[in-house]
Amino acid sequence: MNEMQFLTWVRGPGLDIAVSIFLLGVIWRLLEIYSLGRKKDLAAPRQAAGASGFHTVFRRSMPPAGMGMVKKSPVSYIGGYIFHIGLFFVVFLFAPHIKLINSLIGVSWPGLPSQFIDLMAVVTMAAMVVVLADRINRPVKRYLSNFEDYFTWGVTFLPVLTGWMAVQHLLLPYTTMLALHILSVEILLVVLPFTKLFHAFTLWGSRWYNGQVNGHKGVAV
Amino acid sequence: MSATLEKGVRVLKEVIDAPIASYFNSCVHCGICAEACLFYTETGDPKYTPIHKLEPLRRVYEQEYTLLGRLAKMVGLSKPVTDAELAEWQELVYNSCTLCGRCSVVCPVGNDIVYMVLKLREGMSASGNAPEGIKGAVNRTVTIGSPMGVKLPAVKAQMKHVEEDYGIPIPLDVEGAEYMVMLSSMEIINFPEYLGAIAKIMRQAGKTWTLCSTAFEATNAGYQIGNSDLARVIVSRIVEGAEKLKVKTVISPECGHAYSALRWNGANVVGRPFTFQVKHIVEVLDEFRAQGLLKTEGFETDRLTFHDPCQLARRGGVIQPQRNLMNMVAKNFVEMPDAGFINWCCGGGGGASAIEEGEELRLEAFKKKKSQLDAVKPDRLVTACANCRIVLEEGLEHYQMDIPVVGLTEMIAEHIPEKGA
Repeated sequence: MNEMQFLTWVRGPGLDIAVSIFLLGVIWRLLEIYSLGRKKDLAAPRQAAGASGFHTVFRRSMPPAGMGMVKKSPVSYIGGYIFHIGLFFVVFLFAPHIKLINSLIGVSWPGLPSQFIDLMAVVTMAAMVVVLADRINRPVKRYLSNFEDYFTWGVTFLPVLTGWMAVQHLLLPYTTMLALHILSVEILLVVLPFTKLFHAFTLWGSRWYNGQVNGHKGVAV
Repeated sequence: MSATLEKGVRVLKEVIDAPIASYFNSCVHCGICAEACLFYTETGDPKYTPIHKLEPLRRVYEQEYTLLGRLAKMVGLSKPVTDAELAEWQELVYNSCTLCGRCSVVCPVGNDIVYMVLKLREGMSASGNAPEGIKGAVNRTVTIGSPMGVKLPAVKAQMKHVEEDYGIPIPLDVEGAEYMVMLSSMEIINFPEYLGAIAKIMRQAGKTWTLCSTAFEATNAGYQIGNSDLARVIVSRIVEGAEKLKVKTVISPECGHAYSALRWNGANVVGRPFTFQVKHIVEVLDEFRAQGLLKTEGFETDRLTFHDPCQLARRGGVIQPQRNLMNMVAKNFVEMPDAGFINWCCGGGGGASAIEEGEELRLEAFKKKKSQLDAVKPDRLVTACANCRIVLEEGLEHYQMDIPVVGLTEMIAEHIPEKGA
């Protein structure tokens, strides 16, 4: 297989397979998790301002007030914010990505200048490297970490790296690098529903449950 | 697999629900929960990271309720939970977790870790891996009636003492009273002032109240240990007593977990909503204050601070009432850093104080409370939980800190004018 055939495959059957596994995987996992249900809470509820599942879904995007958590775990918070926001910019606001999405599902929105996305990609990768270093250095994180933590870091990092390298024409011919980039995204799509990356889908439900269970008691968490 | 292990795993399978599945799938191993846990912050040992304490539950979840986990188990890639492992986890699930709930407040993905610890405790208990100290307390509550072995004659003796000391009759089994007052063994044995304080407060408020001969003990070690059957036996006693006496409100005493067990968990373990209300004594006092039924005279002038019991404040939503009451009788009330919603646990909640072998760790964790107290240097420490009070007293003694601990209710009662005065 030459590089053109490789690119054709990842753009065609490869993408179809990856997107299918991703979509079916997400639906399967969501059913597997949320169909377990839960018991009704029979305790008499107490109302309090700001205490509900809905509130917590939003509130948890910020560190809890007055607990000094950012100071205690600065890399998790600051590095975490930077790479999540960076990923959002790079994935959804890069013009060629919007074009691809438009060709697949027919929706489109304005992108950001390519130079800005380049910068965001570098910042995102830098933040991810710092977050990885923190995982290795910090006793608690190292203790909690297993193969999956490093593996998922890798499959998230590679699409950013290969995409940036393709745009910058680094190391390999553009066609090959672009094909590698698409392949790395396909791996990410396949892996996402079945690893901790699935938190992208479940964290909203988790926050809602926590907020709702405690909101029943009149506690705004 | 031994019979008890089998039972434990079966219970774990039963307690896993959608929230737990969602929580486990959301964890990204960021470790932020460790920073909120006093057992980690005071020891620096990563094994006390809250989410790690749930590892056996996570494995059962993965192996039983996920496709990949089931496959991994079938081909032997994922090892089943063993007895030895659960035994090893006892320290993490009981000794080093007071169900304080700070982890559930900081988790960025929103995991309610305490919710899961309570569920894991059910499996631990069913598989015989609960600590002896709490087991004993549960057995005494079920067979004798209270975790410290207090029987009705002891309560009656105390009623008599209080009647003599305060000159106020203590009602027992009065049908149609508005309030049914519960006690904790700790109060019956160590803090008899509580009952006297209630008598004074109720007399001033002009409210009818009663003790119940079949349900005087509020503490629920069944809830702490993770045994729903025993928790139900204990709650049922209170429900039967309250319904027999047709009271409007049951007052949970100055005890944090008794409040959680009855107020938030009670209806769920008996399987139906209550026909009466449940309030913590601090809530009742604050209502009396707001209605003008609680009138005090004079002020404490020494420097006072308030320790928020976790189950009352963070897990129970009662934060402002205790402050209103403090301000009624204290001129020099100072807040500790991190007071209120995010207060640090005394280190002995959730049954931990009943675990003898956990004492060393408990005292180590107490350094957090010590640092909070060192920051404000109070003359006395006020709280509203008899268990916190005992644990605080032990910690203060260990670190040779001369700070007396007092209960809020009795402090309020001391400021109630004598009748006719």
